[in-house]
Amino acid sequence: MSVTPSRRRSGTRIESRRAAAGWLFVAPVLVILGLFLLVPVVMAAWVSVSDWTGRGSPLGGDTAYVGTQNYEALLLGGGLPTQDFGTALRNNAWYVFLVVPIQTALSLGLAVLVNRQLLKARGFFRTAFYFPSVTSSVAITVVFLFLFSASGAVNRLLAAVSADGPNWMSDARGVGHLVLGGLGVDTVPAALAEHGFVGLSWWDWIAGPSVAMCVFIIMAVFTTSGTFMLLFLAALQGISADVDEAATMDGATSWQRFWRVTVPMLRPTVFTVTTLGLIGTWQVFEQIYTGSQGGPAKTTLTPAYLSYSASFLSGQWGRGAAIAFILFAIIIVLTALQRLLLRERGVPRRRRFLPPRAAQATGAAPGPVRDQGATQ
Amino acid sequence: MRTARATALTAFLTGSALLLSACGGSGFSDDDADDGDAPEEPSEAGGAITVLIGASGDAEADAVTSAVAAWSEESGTEATVTVASDLPQQLSQGFAAGSPPDAFYVGTENLAGYAANGSLLAYGDDLANKDDFYPALVENFTYDGEFYCAPKDFSTLALVINTDAWAAAGLTEADIPTDWAGLADVAARLTTAEQVGLTFGPEYQRVGVFMAQAGGGLVDEDGTTAIADSPENAEALTFVQQMLADGVLAFPSAIDSGWGGEAFGTGRAAMTIEGNWIVGALRNDFPDVPYQVVELPAGPAGQGTLQFTNCWGIATDSQNQAGALDLVEYLTATDQQVAFAEAFGVMPSVQSAAEDFRTTFPEMTAFVDSAEFAVGMPTAQGVADVIGDFNGQIEGLADADVATLLGSVQTNMQAVLDAQG
Repeated sequence: MSVTPSRRRSGTRIESRRAAAGWLFVAPVLVILGLFLLVPVVMAAWVSVSDWTGRGSPLGGDTAYVGTQNYEALLLGGGLPTQDFGTALRNNAWYVFLVVPIQTALSLGLAVLVNRQLLKARGFFRTAFYFPSVTSSVAITVVFLFLFSASGAVNRLLAAVSADGPNWMSDARGVGHLVLGGLGVDTVPAALAEHGFVGLSWWDWIAGPSVAMCVFIIMAVFTTSGTFMLLFLAALQGISADVDEAATMDGATSWQRFWRVTVPMLRPTVFTVTTLGLIGTWQVFEQIYTGSQGGPAKTTLTPAYLSYSASFLSGQWGRGAAIAFILFAIIIVLTALQRLLLRERGVPRRRRFLPPRAAQATGAAPGPVRDQGATQ
Repeated sequence: MRTARATALTAFLTGSALLLSACGGSGFSDDDADDGDAPEEPSEAGGAITVLIGASGDAEADAVTSAVAAWSEESGTEATVTVASDLPQQLSQGFAAGSPPDAFYVGTENLAGYAANGSLLAYGDDLANKDDFYPALVENFTYDGEFYCAPKDFSTLALVINTDAWAAAGLTEADIPTDWAGLADVAARLTTAEQVGLTFGPEYQRVGVFMAQAGGGLVDEDGTTAIADSPENAEALTFVQQMLADGVLAFPSAIDSGWGGEAFGTGRAAMTIEGNWIVGALRNDFPDVPYQVVELPAGPAGQGTLQFTNCWGIATDSQNQAGALDLVEYLTATDQQVAFAEAFGVMPSVQSAAEDFRTTFPEMTAFVDSAEFAVGMPTAQGVADVIGDFNGQIEGLADADVATLLGSVQTNMQAVLDAQG
């Protein structure tokens, strides 16, 4: 891959030998990737359009092609599979919608705090904030279940300030509905109840995360902020102090320096963090598996967990695989959308998405470091 | 140049993918060929036997392990027991790979799926002690007219009463409820600031007893028509809803417990509706709680309770089906089942062990006696999803509209039964 194109005829033989050597060196990785990534993905794609029952190989003779039947049952069927999938999408969409912005903002805030030269015991705080990220998510889930039990530490704390905490993990009421109820919307508006999307009425869609799901939201923010803080911290340390100093000389306040100078310079990191956050939150599984198994009243059901339960517990392998592929499509589309939103403005369109090297090929700039190997 | 290289790369990837899938494919095809040749009769080939169980606890795991070891000693066939952490998942992996364990637990909710895809060997008619099993249990493990697997043991639900709390509330033997009104009444009298009168899990697996007592259920006798939205079921759910509203019934999660037995053992509830496993659980975790087990009260249509069971499945792909069958006969034999009952509190699935069980465990008499009017769980493929959805709705029963709730269960259940044909 690192071989640069050459126009010299005499170099062709050396080059082809070099290419062969290159392929030889990457072959192990390609084989491993193919065996553990490509083949399973292709097989899963096949299962998602087949009626495989879970016995023997899906490539065996008994398995028949059923077209988009599994996808239709999930998206258009209107029965229990559609309702379950719609519920899972609803739950996870709210989860993503709340977790990603909060964890991005919080991790940026933490990074700015621990990046301060004046802060004492910076090492301690950096470790403390990062600690949840290196702890097993199963262990954290169990601890959270204790904290948020009906008479757990959180509710005791709330009781200390005379607030009545809910029975967190078994409270299926949606926060959206609670807010609407607080505003006086007690009866379901007919327009929302009668129409819907993927087996759920619009009224169900705006239910918001259930109280139980809020526990998982808090937990996700708690466990991931440390990791993303580290990314932001690295980016902050990459920003030269000169820039900040120049802005100060120009009379910018610290608030202006943060929003007009620091944050724009962190744009690539913001993109990384939100993308990783988006992918991670759409794939939430082990917290649900250990914590709630989708309950109470299916309000913590997520597509990833539904895919598992449809396949392993109900034996609907085609449906389970189809869920996985729809989830994959959702993640790809949302990531593309996000990339569009966070793109650099002011960069000419044709150069926008080109890697630096390709952009430089048109200019006179010297080749980047990684080309040096090829010119030896 | 860039394009050419990309093409080469794609070609290479595609080529290697084809090569790899071909390898995988041929490996799997060999298995399929074996499957095709596999005799319907138990295979005679010997070989080590693996047993996969989903144990309720160490007591069960130890008892099964030592029983299998004893059989292994006696028969000369090597046998190992593995305790699954996630039984359906581990079984699924085995079935898909063509190398499942030889013998394993199968729940009633999984029978139809495993039987339909050919994973399970229908060996029921080959059992020497076939006629000794309770007919209701055999019914539970019959799919498409074939008796698939030997019931391992069974459980029924009964009413468990904390006798200290009972006496403290001024109740006597004569107050033991025999009908719904009586149950609601004692639950109210047992409810204090610290304890709730009655608790049970928010699931069909508990609430179903009231549906059975009202004369309702989820599926009709033939197993072809859903009867979830019947007036009998509505009556049952309305009764449960009323007890919730009165505060004399609370689901375990509302009183900080994982299940009815825990709420009962910790004294947060004075009565619970649980199965015979609660005896072992109370002995291990709450040995000081005095209790009494009585039959559930009768409803408008008489007495009713639910019955749960597992069977010993044998894999069609087993390399030693004859050995596995011999092992299952050993494990379901009368004296072995009595030994299991002593070890971890299950009820023997064979009628010949009933008397022995009654004399050994007088406190469990109510559970055995309840077998007479017990109803099994529906077994149609996909029914577990419907019950799961129903359970989700039961969690919100306190504020739910009973007719709407049952209506959705009816729709879902009928869809599952229709899909089965």
